Amino acid sequence: MAEAALPHNVAEINSSAIYEPSLFGTYSKKIGMWLFLLSDSLTFGALLYAYSYGRISTPDWPTPFHSTSIVNATIMTAFLLTSSLTMVLAVNAAVRGNEKARVLYLLATMACGVGFIVLHAKEWSHLINDGLRLPIFPAVPGQETASEFVNVSKTVPQFAATFFGLTGMHMLHVTLGVVYLGVIALRRKFIPILFALWLVAWLATPAYSPFHYGAHVLLIAALVCSLILWLKPKVYDAADVEVAGLYWHFVDLVWMFIFPLVYIMSTKIV
Amino acid sequence: MEDAFQQAIEQRVADEQRHHSVTPFFWVWGTLLVLTAVEVYLGYQNMEPKRMLVILMGLSLVKATLIIGYFMHMKYEVSRMKWLTMCSLVFCLAMMMVFFPDAFRIISLGVK
Repeated sequence: MAEAALPHNVAEINSSAIYEPSLFGTYSKKIGMWLFLLSDSLTFGALLYAYSYGRISTPDWPTPFHSTSIVNATIMTAFLLTSSLTMVLAVNAAVRGNEKARVLYLLATMACGVGFIVLHAKEWSHLINDGLRLPIFPAVPGQETASEFVNVSKTVPQFAATFFGLTGMHMLHVTLGVVYLGVIALRRKFIPILFALWLVAWLATPAYSPFHYGAHVLLIAALVCSLILWLKPKVYDAADVEVAGLYWHFVDLVWMFIFPLVYIMSTKIV
Repeated sequence: MEDAFQQAIEQRVADEQRHHSVTPFFWVWGTLLVLTAVEVYLGYQNMEPKRMLVILMGLSLVKATLIIGYFMHMKYEVSRMKWLTMCSLVFCLAMMMVFFPDAFRIISLGVK
């Protein structure tokens, strides 16, 4: 929208530098991202409501999260909050034209995002090994039928369905956010890194783990990013960093509701 | 031509943000961490679930407001942008609450 309102030739920009302000006082990329985030927040809203509905309507809702899970989730929250801070600093550095600081802060944000994903994957693996699983998950070899959550999966299947649905959707968003920031920070240099990450994630996870198949998200992302960077190579500017930041903060924002609703409200108090 | 547009957009981004100090962002980050610690503390207080839910969601709304206002920069946007985006979001999310009475019906009457 804002681009459409910009002057129509370079001479006009250079001579007057006056253009009609956008209706929303900002540029079109940012408005587009806000519209996407509004629609995405309805997706997460629906998932959070589904979880809450299940919880209200099920008297014997499980409370599976021991203190180790809560500590794990708290560290994950700290990672996301810190990543939001470094993202703001990256936007600030981009606006001030400090290229080195911009890349460093973006890499720091990505590192926090990766830390979040690794801890979350660890949490999922722990719960799956204890018997909390979806029917589509491959069977864990040698899993005891008396594992802690085997009965939970059978008697309250809504818990596993809404828990894995909600947190899985969020983990997917964080993963794609890390890829997005990687492309903004490193552009084409990030593509081989992404392929390497896919190979590591695919080969390092056992075949019965959902992450063994989930790792292919990285492959698809690498192919899509390669195509985009091949079709439209460009130097990403401060506006691109700011728009990427909006997406990243949104991912952080959603976790601020998932963490208390899913983890804190299901704490096992011994 | 495209470069000129790009420069103009970059100029606008810079104009929007240059005057902002980074200090408030550190304060917001610290506040968010403290609120998270409060949430974790409440998790171990063996409180009545409905009361705890209200407090936790209240804290989450405060955290969301800080993230949207400062980190997502909404505080510095024009009021038209603020009202349009936030009102539509709150309205749509509030509409989804229409399902909750059904969940209470199930718990009191059982599934029919």
